[in-house]
Amino acid sequence: MSFLVSRAGPSADLVLKGARVFDPRTGIDEVRDVVVREGKIAELAEAGSAPEIEGAEVVDAAGLLALPAFVDPHVHFRVPGQEHKEDLETGSRAAAAGGYCAVIAMANTDPVVDSAAMLGSVRDRAEREASVPTGFVATVTKGMRGGELTEMAELRDAGAIGFSDDGLPLASARVLDRALQYQRLAGGVIALHEEDPDLSGNGVMHEGEVSAALGLAGIPAVSESTMIARDCSLAAYESARIHVQHLSARSSVEEMARAKAAGVQVSCEVTPHHLTLTDEAIREGLDSRFKMNPPLRTEDDRQALIEGLRDGTIDCVATDHAPHAPEEKEVPFEQAAMGVTGLEKAFAVLHTELVLPGILELGLVVERMTCGGEPFGIAAPRIEPDAVANIALIDPELEWVVGEEGYESRSDNTAFADRPLTGRVMMTVADGRVAYRQRSLMMEVAG
Amino acid sequence: MKDLLAVEHLSRDEIERILDRAESFAEVGRRDIKKVPTLRGRTILNLFYEASTRTLSSFEIAAKRLSADVHSIKAAGSAVDKGESLKDTVATLSAYDPAAIVIRSPHAGAAEMVSRWTEASVINAGDGKHEHPSQALLDLYTLRAGVGSLEGKRIWIVGDVLHSRVARSCLLAFNAMGAEVTLAGPPTLIPRGIEALGVDVAYDLDRLGEADVVYTLRMQMERMSESYVPSLREYAMRYQIDSRRLGPRQLLMHPGPVNRGVELAPEVIDSAQSLITTQVESGLVVRMAILYEVLAGQDRPSVRAAAEPVTDPPTIGQPA
Repeated sequence: MSFLVSRAGPSADLVLKGARVFDPRTGIDEVRDVVVREGKIAELAEAGSAPEIEGAEVVDAAGLLALPAFVDPHVHFRVPGQEHKEDLETGSRAAAAGGYCAVIAMANTDPVVDSAAMLGSVRDRAEREASVPTGFVATVTKGMRGGELTEMAELRDAGAIGFSDDGLPLASARVLDRALQYQRLAGGVIALHEEDPDLSGNGVMHEGEVSAALGLAGIPAVSESTMIARDCSLAAYESARIHVQHLSARSSVEEMARAKAAGVQVSCEVTPHHLTLTDEAIREGLDSRFKMNPPLRTEDDRQALIEGLRDGTIDCVATDHAPHAPEEKEVPFEQAAMGVTGLEKAFAVLHTELVLPGILELGLVVERMTCGGEPFGIAAPRIEPDAVANIALIDPELEWVVGEEGYESRSDNTAFADRPLTGRVMMTVADGRVAYRQRSLMMEVAG
Repeated sequence: MKDLLAVEHLSRDEIERILDRAESFAEVGRRDIKKVPTLRGRTILNLFYEASTRTLSSFEIAAKRLSADVHSIKAAGSAVDKGESLKDTVATLSAYDPAAIVIRSPHAGAAEMVSRWTEASVINAGDGKHEHPSQALLDLYTLRAGVGSLEGKRIWIVGDVLHSRVARSCLLAFNAMGAEVTLAGPPTLIPRGIEALGVDVAYDLDRLGEADVVYTLRMQMERMSESYVPSLREYAMRYQIDSRRLGPRQLLMHPGPVNRGVELAPEVIDSAQSLITTQVESGLVVRMAILYEVLAGQDRPSVRAAAEPVTDPPTIGQPA
C-alpha cells in the first residue's frame, strides 16, 4: 500500500548543469551536474562533466540551487465538495510551483473523508489529477462530529496516511483517548488541531492589544496551549503518537518542549505565515487575507516560533494551504472564512524573511521544509545517487512579486499578496517526474 | 476629509473643525425654519444593518436640514434579507451615485470596506464593536459646552467596555483632546490589552471621585448567560452610578439607551449633572457638521469642478 498517490507520467531524464547541490542531510554543498535518468538520480557529476544523454532535458542551472524538494504535511485540497476553491489538479500544481514533491491533504471536505469508500474515491481522483504525490488523512470521528470513531483500521488499510479532524479540535478528551488506544490496532499518526472551542468562543483573531483596539472577539493563546498540554498527557498515558498541527503561540512551544523532554511521542509543525506575520497586520484595514485559525499572534509569539523551529522543538514547516473563494473573503473580517493559501510561496517567504536577514540558516529551513512527511511515515527526500529524484531547483536571487503572474491555485487568498520576495522555484521534480517548470527557465533537449 | 471611518484616523485639528462647524449649525436649529441649502441636490443613503433609533433618526434629520435628499435602507425587508453580499449591495446603491453612504453594521471594518467599493463618501455609524465615531464627536461637543477644554480632565468610562464601540471611539477621542481616561468595569468586560491605547484600567470605583466626567455604558441583559457577570444585581452593586457614588461636581454621560436601575440609578439620570439629553441634542448638529465636512468641507473636490466639461479622449492612433 502506498500512502501517496499521483497521476502517472514519464520518468524524467534530466541534466541540471552547474547547480549548487545543497542537501543538509547528506551534507553536500557543491556545484555539480545533477544527472537524472528514468526518474532516479544517476549521479552528481563534477560540474561540466555530465555525459550527453540522448533525449534528456538539459537545464542551465548555473547560479541555481538544487534542493531536496519539500514535503507539506498539511494542505486543504477541498475535494470533494468545494472544487470552486481548489481541486486536486490545481492544488497539486500549486504544490509543484512551490517546490513540493509530496503533500498531505486534510479530510475536512464536504462530505468529509470518513469512510473507506470516500477515501478510495479521492485517491482515485488523485491518480488521475495530482501532479505531485498526495497523501490523504481520514477523519478521526464520523462526520467530524467529534463523537464516534471512524473505521480507522479499515481506513488505514484503504490508504489513510494518518488521521485528523483538522479544522476542528477534538473537544472530547475521552474520544481522543479512545482513538489513541485504537491506534495500537489501526496504526497511523493522529494529527491534532489544538484549540479549546470554549476558550476560543466566537473569536476571530488573536486576543490581545490589537483585538482590544479593533473590538474584535479574541482567540486566546491558551486556547491552543491548554489543549496541547491535555493531548500530550493523553499521548503519554496511551504511549501513542500524535502530531500537533500549526503551532501559533509561545505557550504552545513551551508545552511542546515540556512534552518532548518527557519523552512523549509528539511532533509538531508551524506555518510560514505564523513565522513571518503578527496580528499587527490586521490593525490597519481589517484585511481578511490575514484571517486564519490559529490566528496570527504577537511578535513575542512569532519569536518563540522561530526559536522553536531553530532548536528543533518544532519539527517541520507546514503551509496549512487553505484556499477560499473571493466571496468568502470579500466580506467584513468577522464574517470572512478562516485560512490562507501557502504552497506557492512558502519557500520564498521563509527565504526572504528569515534566511536572507540571517535569522535562520538556509540548511535549517530546508531540513524543516523537507521532513514534514516523517510524522506520517514518509521519509524526507535526499539528493544522492540512486535516490528517486525529488528536487526543487531554485533561483535564490530572483525577485518577484506574489501574484503578479497569477496563481496556480484556484484561489488567491494569500497573506503575502503583492509582497516582493527573493528566491523562486524554477523547476520541481517530484517522485522522478518533472512536475513544474517556471516559464522563464532556460532549457533544451539534448541529442 | 472624504470619509469618516474611525476616530483613530482623526487629528485634533480635524476634530475641532467639525465641532466648530457644529456650533455654527446650532444656530440653525434655533430658527423657525431649520433648514439651510448647503447640500441641495445631493443624495445621502443610510444603510443600516442594525436596529437604531437615535443614530439613524439624527442622520436623517441632519441630512434634511442640510437640504440633501436622504433615503434610509434597513436590513430587514431589503435585498440583504435575500442573501445579497455587502459588496453587491454597495455596488447597487453606488449606481444611484449617492454623495454619501452612512453605514451601520454589526461587523468591525465594514465601513472601511465599503469605502473601498464606492466613490461616495462613507460615514461609519457604528461597525460591530469597533468604532462609532459620530457618537464620540457628539460627546466631545457636549463636553465642550459643558466643561470647556478637556486638557488634563479626568474621564471615567464605566461598564461593559468589551462589547462597546462607543467606549473605543470615546477613549480615542477623549485622549486626542488631552483628557486622561480610565476604564472601569468587571475584569471580564475589560478587553485584555486595552491599556495599550493609553488608558488606565480600574476594576472598582474606589477612585471614581477623581473623575471630572463619568461616562457610563449600557449593560446588556444577555451578558449573564455568557458568564461575564454573575447577576445584574451584583453588577449594579459594584458599578451602578447612583447619587451616593456621583459627586456633586461630576458630570454624567451615557450614550443611550439607558437600562434604568442597572448601570444608572433613576435619580442621577434626571439630575442636573446629567448631560444625557444634551448628548441627544448634540447628535443632530454634530451629524450635520459631519455631513458638511465630508461633502462640502476642506479637501473636497468642489461640485463645480466635477461639472466642468469633460475633454474628448484622444482617438486611437492619435498622439496623446
